[in-house]
Amino acid sequence: MSMNHAAESNLLASNQQKELEDLPKDYPLSTSEDEGDNDGERTHQKLLESISSLNGKDRQKLAERSEASLKVSEFNVSSEGSGEKLVLSDLLEPVKTSSSWAAVKKQLNRVKSKKTVELPLHREEIERIHREVAFNKSSQILSKWDTVVLKNRQAEQLVLPLSKPPSAFAPIEHVVSGWKAGTPLEQEIFNLLHKNKQPVIDPLLTPVEKASLKAMSLEEVKMRRAELQRARALQSYYEARARREKRIKSKKYHRILKKGKAKQALNNFEKLQKVNPAAALEELKKLDKARMMERMSLKHQNSGKWAKSKAIMAKYDLEARQAVQEQLARNKELTQKVQAASESEEEEEGQKEEEEPLVPDMVNGVQIKANGLNPWMLQNHFSDAKEAEVQKDLKDPAEPEAQETSESEEERAVVEEETLLKEFEERRSLRQKSELNHMAEPVHRRVTKDPSSQEVLSELRALSQKLITENHQSGKQERSSARTAQREEPAREEEEPVLLQRPERAQTLDELEGLGREGCVENKELPRTAVEGLQLEKNLSNHIGAPKEKKRKEQMIDLQNLLTTKSPSMMSFAVPMTVQELEDREEKGQRQMTKEAFAGDDVIRDFLKEKREAVEASKPKDLDLTLPGWGEWGGMGLRPSAKKRRQFLMKAPEGPPRKDKNLPNVFINEKRNIHAAAHQVQVLPHPFTHHQQFERTIQTPIGSTWNTQRALQKLTMPKVVTKPGHIIKPIKAEDVGYRSSSRSDLCVVQRNPKRLSIHHKKTSGE
Amino acid sequence: METVPKPGSNVPPKKERLQAKKKKPRRYWEQETTGTAAGASPGPPRKRKRNRELRPQKPKKNDTSKKFRISKKPRELKSPGPQRSLSGAQDPFAGPAPVSVEVVQKYCRIDKSKEVPHPKTKTRSRLAAAEAQEEETSVRAARSELLLAEEPGFLEGEDGEDTAKIRQADIVEAVDIASAAKHFDLNLRQFGPYRLNYSSTGRHLAFGGRRGHVAALDWVTKKLMCEINVMEAVRDVRFLHSETLLAVAQNRWLHIYDNQGIELHCVRRCDRATRLEFLPFHFLLATASETGFLTYLDVSVGKIVAALNARAGRLSVMTQNPYNAVIHLGHSNGTVSLWSPAMKEPLAKILCHRGGVRAVAVDPTGTHMATSGLDHQLKLFDLRGTFQPLSARTLPQGAGHLAFSQRGLLAAGMGDVVNIWAGQGKASPPSLEQPYLTHRLSGHVHGLQFCPYEDVLGVGHSGGITSMLVPGSAEPNFDGLESNPYRSRKQRQEWEVKALLEKVPAELICLDPRALAEVDVVSLEQAKKERAERLGYDPDATAPFQPKLKQKGRSSTASLVKRKRKVMDQEHRDKVRQSLEQQPQKQEKAKPTGARPSALDRFVR
Repeated sequence: MSMNHAAESNLLASNQQKELEDLPKDYPLSTSEDEGDNDGERTHQKLLESISSLNGKDRQKLAERSEASLKVSEFNVSSEGSGEKLVLSDLLEPVKTSSSWAAVKKQLNRVKSKKTVELPLHREEIERIHREVAFNKSSQILSKWDTVVLKNRQAEQLVLPLSKPPSAFAPIEHVVSGWKAGTPLEQEIFNLLHKNKQPVIDPLLTPVEKASLKAMSLEEVKMRRAELQRARALQSYYEARARREKRIKSKKYHRILKKGKAKQALNNFEKLQKVNPAAALEELKKLDKARMMERMSLKHQNSGKWAKSKAIMAKYDLEARQAVQEQLARNKELTQKVQAASESEEEEEGQKEEEEPLVPDMVNGVQIKANGLNPWMLQNHFSDAKEAEVQKDLKDPAEPEAQETSESEEERAVVEEETLLKEFEERRSLRQKSELNHMAEPVHRRVTKDPSSQEVLSELRALSQKLITENHQSGKQERSSARTAQREEPAREEEEPVLLQRPERAQTLDELEGLGREGCVENKELPRTAVEGLQLEKNLSNHIGAPKEKKRKEQMIDLQNLLTTKSPSMMSFAVPMTVQELEDREEKGQRQMTKEAFAGDDVIRDFLKEKREAVEASKPKDLDLTLPGWGEWGGMGLRPSAKKRRQFLMKAPEGPPRKDKNLPNVFINEKRNIHAAAHQVQVLPHPFTHHQQFERTIQTPIGSTWNTQRALQKLTMPKVVTKPGHIIKPIKAEDVGYRSSSRSDLCVVQRNPKRLSIHHKKTSGE
Repeated sequence: METVPKPGSNVPPKKERLQAKKKKPRRYWEQETTGTAAGASPGPPRKRKRNRELRPQKPKKNDTSKKFRISKKPRELKSPGPQRSLSGAQDPFAGPAPVSVEVVQKYCRIDKSKEVPHPKTKTRSRLAAAEAQEEETSVRAARSELLLAEEPGFLEGEDGEDTAKIRQADIVEAVDIASAAKHFDLNLRQFGPYRLNYSSTGRHLAFGGRRGHVAALDWVTKKLMCEINVMEAVRDVRFLHSETLLAVAQNRWLHIYDNQGIELHCVRRCDRATRLEFLPFHFLLATASETGFLTYLDVSVGKIVAALNARAGRLSVMTQNPYNAVIHLGHSNGTVSLWSPAMKEPLAKILCHRGGVRAVAVDPTGTHMATSGLDHQLKLFDLRGTFQPLSARTLPQGAGHLAFSQRGLLAAGMGDVVNIWAGQGKASPPSLEQPYLTHRLSGHVHGLQFCPYEDVLGVGHSGGITSMLVPGSAEPNFDGLESNPYRSRKQRQEWEVKALLEKVPAELICLDPRALAEVDVVSLEQAKKERAERLGYDPDATAPFQPKLKQKGRSSTASLVKRKRKVMDQEHRDKVRQSLEQQPQKQEKAKPTGARPSALDRFVR
């Protein structure tokens, strides 16, 4: 307080000094004025000042500033030399706490805590927000109807007014139970029944009785409960254990675990093999498949994260180097092929095939009588023949050697062949063993002796491969024939697409001649195939030499063969009169005759030419946009340069491949039938995005010609049926099993949307 | 025009000739013993140790009933359990009757081999509904096959005996009187070789001799309807939609007579017609003329629908494909061309023979075509897309006339001999190895036709008409509303009106009638393009991929580009994969040939 006073007095002093200077004469100096007058004085002074400043002379006069003097005066307080510092808190704190201050404080706090009121949002913005809220609300309410709407839309038929789905047909017993015997006859019958204690209605037991029959006894329930408890406990133990084990970080532990598992698997396998060899084989197959998967996925290559890190470490760390090497070895072992065993066999077969190129296969074909031209049938026959041959080969493998050979290449290969043969023999014996399931045992004994389980596993795998290959060998005998047939197919197709074959295979030309001497029906065939080349040359100029081959490759079916296939002529009981006497001569001379008759008109060439022309005509034309003389010299005898022409040639888009591309004897017109197209559907109906989807829905015919009466009625059933004389009321929530409240909500929203806006206005007004 | 015999509407009339051998249908409540007793009932007469029989085939014991009950997979839902009735008796055949899957499959028409591109949920429900519908209708149709009570006849030799050795006289001897009466000969040596035609119901027969003799008769009762001489060469005769109208291709023009022999029309635009063919569902009369024109006459309105120039000289070989109403013409250059009135050019041309084509026939299912040519060959072609020969056979003299029966038997007239080949089942093509029947006639064959719904083959030859018995040739069950041999006048009139109402427009004739149920893709695409042009953008196009914005610097320009690139590459890969899948043949072609190519090969010309 005293300090304040001091400051005040100091200020006052300065003021007084000013006044003294300004108005030395006007006012007498009075220092002993009381505080209350001070204010009035000041205003008065100010007034005076302003008045004095009016007279322009000292308008710019600034208020003089005085400084508090350092000297201790009676008006001033100085903290100099006192040693105490003035703290702000001292200044702020009231000297004396009083209750009146708390109220002020409170008020102050209240003022402080109150934030400034934000500006209200723009009206449009508010409306938008309200609209959004209203939309969300109403859509949520409406979404309850989605299922109902969808159901009604997808319903086959809607019967309006909508009624609740009819309850299921009450069984006759229920109907009967509610029925009382009315007529005397009925009463009599029931009396009889009751007398004999016959059941009157079907459910012989009451529902309570049924339930009691179904229910379990107390002991049973207890046992069951105990069982369940135990199972639950066990499960939880197991889970806990698994969790614990999973957390173990020791590598050694895991390694041991792995090894243990491998051993376990091996033991299991052996047991399985003793008990159930078939299952063991299955297991082996599974193993093999796993190996194959690994082979495919390249898991054990050194491309993984771990492998890369090890590779870096390998330079310095011996252990890492070992690990890398192990990995590599494993990779090699897993990814090696297993076909080695069967390859040699195939080679052998290949050699066998090489032995007999003297006579082309087509000559040895089966003569198929009825289906002489059906390529499918041909292939079957061919494979059959092959099969027979291969099986024969398997029976006596020495046979190929015994066969007389004329090729030098063959002689060179004899030594190799012998070794191969031996191998073959060995494998055959092995196979026989495996068929008896003996072979697996000794191998396994050896396996179990092996110290390192890693090797054991690999051994096992190799064994599985072997076993499988061996076991399949028996099947292979059959399959190999098919395979050879398949392998030969392309070649055969190129040589002679439609082959004419015979079951016996003629090995050499001599045999062929022998066959010819037999004089059966086929003997006609052979010379024909022999002279076929000649015929071709004569008939089709474009079917010659190398281009001929190419052409043939394109045209899967050979026209020539197609048309001139000769099947044995018919043996009929009734032969036409005119022919009967000529019959024997006819057979021979017939071909000659037809040949003579149609030597001139080459039907095939004409047809091909016609077809080619038609195809060309139907192709879209290229558009040539070159302007002669543009950018270069033009005139008579000058043509625009090739580059220009190429540049301005608009190539027509190539259409889809023709249907008759591979059918040389057919020309199919691919022009669009616009008259029929006018009757076709041209616009996709709504939910369909692709025409195939729509086509599928209209493929079932809905005419009485194709359907039974009931099916027709169902197919042509109207989508909506209204009962005449009934009021069709709008659907209600109760109808579909909703509570009515949601509906009323919706109604509120729909009926008076203004109310909401009024509400909004209110809020915005606030 | 796929017509399946509609079993629902079948009203098997009482045939006197079937009555004798009809077996009383066994009911489930009857004991097995009654069934066997019925099976042992006196069968057909067996003479000369041959088991041969006309139409009504003896049901083999309980085979038929068993077949029905034990089907492979009963499709129907079984009711949850045997419902106990009031009396406590259980229904021994609870639930709906089982249907065999194969029969149901026959009536399924949705082509499931075609892939449907990933449908949306809405579409998926529609597709599912369509499939359910198909299943239901096909099951119903299969179930109603029960009503097809008649079974086809057959001819069976004793073990090792060839049926072709059996003569007509033997067959006639073996069968009942009513059937035996269907074999007859008309000796008409005066008016030259005869052409003949049965009406669609198989009840009436019309024939015309080359020297102008035209007659129509109800051949079952042998009641003559009319007989006239047109005083002009008659090339061909054909009934129109009913037996009341008869078209005769005469030397100059086409004439139409009614069943009284009164000339109704003379169609001068169809001049010098050689062959006539009537398309019953389109009401079109197709005429092939000497001038090389194929003319379609709409007989319901009397208009020429189309006159097509075949540009192949004289047309004398014509037949129709009953499946799709396409006309097959045989030409002298060995080709067979397929025609529709909607197209000026042939739909397809098939090179069949080295010589000219002498006869063509197409089986009722439209799958096989038999042709015979001047090169003495008889060939059987597959008509389902590839038009490749299935089998071929050289005949001593070559067949001049061919005809298919309703059940797929093939008859060929060679000189004065008729040979008939049969296949294994109904849909299988006839195997040309062994003839099923042969018959020698008194003159050279000039016309052949199997009678519908009767096991009879009518042969017109230079000595008149012969009606042969061919067991198992005709469809035993007829559709009473479609072609009823026993229909009355009133019924015929009713049918006529209905048939006219259901007339198929001529322009709908095309190779694959099912293609009409497909969306016209070309105009669809065109409309799409036009719409896109009009709007300035394609509303159906998928928006280009826009990478999602990510945080923490992962949405940098580079990464955005990278992500875009990824998606683009994926799309590209997909496209390439698709195109590769489409052309697997190309790669196969690149396979190395059998012999190793030599460097010197390049000099080979």
